[in-house]
Amino acid sequence: MSDLVADTGRRLFGAHAEALRAAAPPQADATAPFPAALWADIEAAGLPLALLSEDQGGFGLDAAEALQLVQIAAAHAAPVPLAETMLANWLLAAAGLDPAEGPAAVVSGLTLAGGRVTGKAPRVPWGRDAAVVVALAGDRLMRLTTGWQVDESHNIAAEPRDTLTFDTPADTQAAAPVSADTLHALMAMLRAQALAGALDAALNRTVAYANERMQFGRAIGKFQAIQQSLAVMATEVAAARAGAGMAAAALPLARSDARAFTMAAAAAKLRAGEAAGIAAGIAHQVHGAIGFTAEYPLHPLTRRLWAWRDECGSESQWAGILGDLACTLGPRGFWPFLTGTEAA
Amino acid sequence: MSLLTFPAPPDDATFPALRAEVRAFLSETLGPGYPAAERARSWNGHDPDFSRKLGQRGWLGMTLPRAYGGHGRSAIERYVVIEELLAAGAPVAAHWIADRQSAPLILHHGTEDQRRTILPRIAAGECYFCIGMSEPDSGSDLAAVRTRALPEPGGFRVNGTKLWTTYAHKAHYMILFCRTDRSDDRHGGTSQLLVDLTTPGISIRPILDIAGEHHFNEVAFDNVFLPETAVLGALGQGWTQVMGELAFERSGPDRFLSSFALVNELLRVLGTAPDLAARRAVGRLSAHLMVLRQMSQSVAGMLSRGENPALQATIVKDLGTTLEQQIPEIARSLIEAEPIPGSADPFAATLARTLLAAPSFSLRGGTREILRGIIARGLGLR
Repeated sequence: MSDLVADTGRRLFGAHAEALRAAAPPQADATAPFPAALWADIEAAGLPLALLSEDQGGFGLDAAEALQLVQIAAAHAAPVPLAETMLANWLLAAAGLDPAEGPAAVVSGLTLAGGRVTGKAPRVPWGRDAAVVVALAGDRLMRLTTGWQVDESHNIAAEPRDTLTFDTPADTQAAAPVSADTLHALMAMLRAQALAGALDAALNRTVAYANERMQFGRAIGKFQAIQQSLAVMATEVAAARAGAGMAAAALPLARSDARAFTMAAAAAKLRAGEAAGIAAGIAHQVHGAIGFTAEYPLHPLTRRLWAWRDECGSESQWAGILGDLACTLGPRGFWPFLTGTEAA
Repeated sequence: MSLLTFPAPPDDATFPALRAEVRAFLSETLGPGYPAAERARSWNGHDPDFSRKLGQRGWLGMTLPRAYGGHGRSAIERYVVIEELLAAGAPVAAHWIADRQSAPLILHHGTEDQRRTILPRIAAGECYFCIGMSEPDSGSDLAAVRTRALPEPGGFRVNGTKLWTTYAHKAHYMILFCRTDRSDDRHGGTSQLLVDLTTPGISIRPILDIAGEHHFNEVAFDNVFLPETAVLGALGQGWTQVMGELAFERSGPDRFLSSFALVNELLRVLGTAPDLAARRAVGRLSAHLMVLRQMSQSVAGMLSRGENPALQATIVKDLGTTLEQQIPEIARSLIEAEPIPGSADPFAATLARTLLAAPSFSLRGGTREILRGIIARGLGLR
């Protein structure tokens, strides 16, 4: 089942790869039009419901299996809010609300008073394209389909990151299944998946280039200096992927043991973010000048790596959160924490 | 690219009951006052009494079949025990090599007689091994070994020298990797021999490390006669066997916990609410340790299933030793203290011991450069 879903994802994004490349804007501050054809295929395949149980209308996958889709979308640099919509549906299902129809955004930090939701959510992925906004205000979760203003912006990878300003009745709402802090960790966990997917794709592309590019009469990948650099890149990619897998598998804990989930997400996001900087640097160094051109398809990956490592909490932010806990636990509690064996 | 895939560790790799048992044993055996600088010896602390006690608890030879004195437990359970021992800085050196790599090697390749004579003693914590790979002219280039065991009636005549042989002076056996024919075929013509270190003609000379400590040795073989029964595995299959042995040597938590005593000292000195830079540095360390544990447990799971995770083990060792070497640098960036060997200040003494051990982390068991060459081969670059 899991391979089936991952294979579906690979085929689906692969089929749209050419069109995505053609539609990508050359300027860093321009965004591409929403890829409606790709999104229609994503919905037809049911991918936005991948985190749901069969009862809820999903595929009943393990979280780690379902989140492979986020990695695959990232490996194809697909400019769609698949991760956000998967999370929105997971939250809606947990709250007993209907799933989103169309692309969704997830926001928090809003205020709910007198039946109206107000506030501002900055840097919302594809806010302009969202058909549904899942909004957290205190301990309530709302499903909104209208009532926000959009102020457009973008990230360094030309993905939409818009500010949404809300002032609307909150007709559809329920008890929130998670806190705002846990929601932040959930988003970090999703970015860790995306980073892992883009890192893997960047490594594959860079290794392939090193085996093709001839200099001094041989493929540059035959030089030890290049091999050692690529080996470092591979270890970083492996660590990012392992961390992403760890946090993905911890998803069910988000509702039962929020601290354990948050720390797994923190470690994954931090580790993947650190890998992103190192790996993007090596990928460009090995590619030389061609990798620095708008034409060559390395930057859709490396620009995403640079964007995503600072979104949903940078390495510094998550290091602070993990470090607060580690220092509070001190030498007696640190190892039991690492091994998940603290006394209750 | 499968070499970069680390499958999820087996469900519930936590084993809280087993961890609690090991922790209770350690606090009773070492005592709460066991000094941080002693713990910082990591797996270089040598104490046969401690090893025998571990054997009595059933925590050596854990994955060996019961028929050979083992305990038929999973690689993940063994992982849990050795991780607890390393995190506590317990003195495990006496049995470490025997339990980690010699026992699995003998189990897989040994004769029934070799298994029955040696494995139960390893599991009891009474029989210790050293590694017979490096030589004066064969370090990273292991295939360049020159020690030769030439067949003669009833056995072999061995001449040559092994180097950097950790705790040879306190071991009962060496697994000797050497040439067993006259050819100079680099990989063929090599074998592994089980050497009783009391055999006449073997001399063991100490080599002190940069801290002045004696764990290295030079082991010279001068016309040493070994019986035919000393052959471990198949004659001529030494290269393949030794590569399998290295998968066991490279994969474990001993490749990222060597500096853990200093991490605990750092946490003690920082206290519960240090400044933001310190909290972030500790948080980063935590994240790296969490991910490395995930990777190392994944490798243990693959070993449990009989898979060959040689490349994944190589990746874990490269990442783990890099972190182990960063730890003293991070600690000294956060705490104003000089490293002072033997100091009454536990942080100063632990920092000193860790600093003086750290260069070896990325040398022993395959240098960083050799590991990265192996990874590059896995990527399809060589």
